[in-house]
Amino acid sequence: MRGWRGAAALPAGAAAVLALAVAAALAQGGGEAPAAEPVRAIPDPQSGLEFTTPETRAIQEDDFQNPAFLWVEEGEQAWNHPEGAAGKSCASCHGNAAESMRGVRARYPAYDAKKGRVVTLEQRVNICREEHMGAPPLRIDSRPLNAMTAFIGLQSRGMPVQVDISGPARPFFDAGERFYNTRRGQLDMRCGSCHEDNYGRYLRADLLSQGMSNGFPTYRLKEQRVISLQFRLQGCVNDVRGEAPPMGGEEFTNLEFYLAWRAQGLPVETPSVRR
Amino acid sequence: MRNRTGRCGAVVLALGLAIPGPAPAQGGTALVPYEVVDDAIPRPLTDRPGDPERGRALALNRSKGNCVTCHEMPVEADFQGNLGPPLAGVADRYTEGELRLRLVDSKRINPESNMPSYYRVEGLTAVRRDWLGKPMLEAQEVEDVLAWLMTLK
Ligand code: HEC
Ligand code: HEC
Repeated sequence: MRGWRGAAALPAGAAAVLALAVAAALAQGGGEAPAAEPVRAIPDPQSGLEFTTPETRAIQEDDFQNPAFLWVEEGEQAWNHPEGAAGKSCASCHGNAAESMRGVRARYPAYDAKKGRVVTLEQRVNICREEHMGAPPLRIDSRPLNAMTAFIGLQSRGMPVQVDISGPARPFFDAGERFYNTRRGQLDMRCGSCHEDNYGRYLRADLLSQGMSNGFPTYRLKEQRVISLQFRLQGCVNDVRGEAPPMGGEEFTNLEFYLAWRAQGLPVETPSVRR
Repeated sequence: MRNRTGRCGAVVLALGLAIPGPAPAQGGTALVPYEVVDDAIPRPLTDRPGDPERGRALALNRSKGNCVTCHEMPVEADFQGNLGPPLAGVADRYTEGELRLRLVDSKRINPESNMPSYYRVEGLTAVRRDWLGKPMLEAQEVEDVLAWLMTLK
């Protein structure tokens, strides 16, 4: 059985980083103890792509076969299309997405100082719509919103996931971590019960991956549509017969933030393809 | 969360060697009491003996045992999971009483176990509304699955 959270010895690198952080804190002399540097249970994560079948992989690796590119095209059109009371499109403020949106998906979710909390890419799009365009927010996991995040996400393809969990973002990260590690539902399992203790094993016909988020939004063959990460998360909670929190709510937003940190360093693969 | 309150009850129960079973479930049907002795529940939960045929069906049924999602079993079924150990020969490795406890509440043996507790309703978090206060298997169903497990020699 794979060792789980905290059981195995720290990898040498992580231990060294930890030691340095402690030394630095001591050198500053007194003051408040900084939040200890979190250590990943899976220090060398693997993308969900590594756990898909050759057939699914082939679809993902060919943009002409990948059905998610229909969504990408819709997103691109919407990018240039003025909407709302201010008569503006995304392009009015952000110009060419290939330049202005490059790297955005890699560093989201991110702390928003004005809101005083962490926001997902979906929520960021809706903040722009409401505050800058005078347009109504799009429903989480709706086709137009998934189209927009697929288009924006594509501009970061290949870039390493790199979210900032420091400073004021840290409590939201901690809340996400707690959610991840809380056993829930009638089956009483934590996220890591499947994605840390048992990746590489089969749950009926499903090969369990490490539950990495770097490919989202993803085209799900079973649903025949592009799905958002939080739709997938509702599925996982539902599978353990747990009561899933609402998409776009605080709990899943914090969880998504924590998941991005777990996937730190993996290339953005938006839009990926899954069974 | 109203279904979180059973924790202390569960802790108290885990202390003794021979102890009475859980209190009635809030809201749902009351669980029948049982006694844990060492590593086992020696006495059946019901008077009617388990039916191995029904037990086999329950083990395959998605909305009941669904054991095949996590265990390879010596039965005809596509896509058997391997999150847990294979169940072939399990009756050679354990006594009936030991298997009963593993089915009823595996976490009594190993709190980090990912084997679900099939006859427990307390100490759980955020259970889906339609399952709240209900065990995964009824007492007679536990005995049926157990009767089938005892045929795996
Ligand atoms: C009972 C097992 C189980 C539990 C518990 C579980 N999942 Fe999953 N999860 C799956 C299966 C099966 C899949 C689909 C195959 C795969 O990618 O692992 C999946 C897929 C995912 C994916 C998509 C990965 C990809 O590359 O497409 C993410 C992200 C994920 N899970 C996160 C979570 C989180 C977060 C939790 C806790 C709230 C959780 N899972 C709990 C079984 C589980
Ligand atoms: C969500 C996954 C899962 C499901 C569903 C599940 N089990 Fe298990 N089971 C496990 C795991 C994991 C173990 C390993 C022991 C542990 O972790 O405590 C286990 C252990 C066992 C054992 C002890 C086997 C041994 O060799 O030690 C038995 C017997 C067993 N399960 C029977 C069943 C039966 C019968 C069902 C259905 C009614 C079932 N399990 C459903 C995950 C599962």
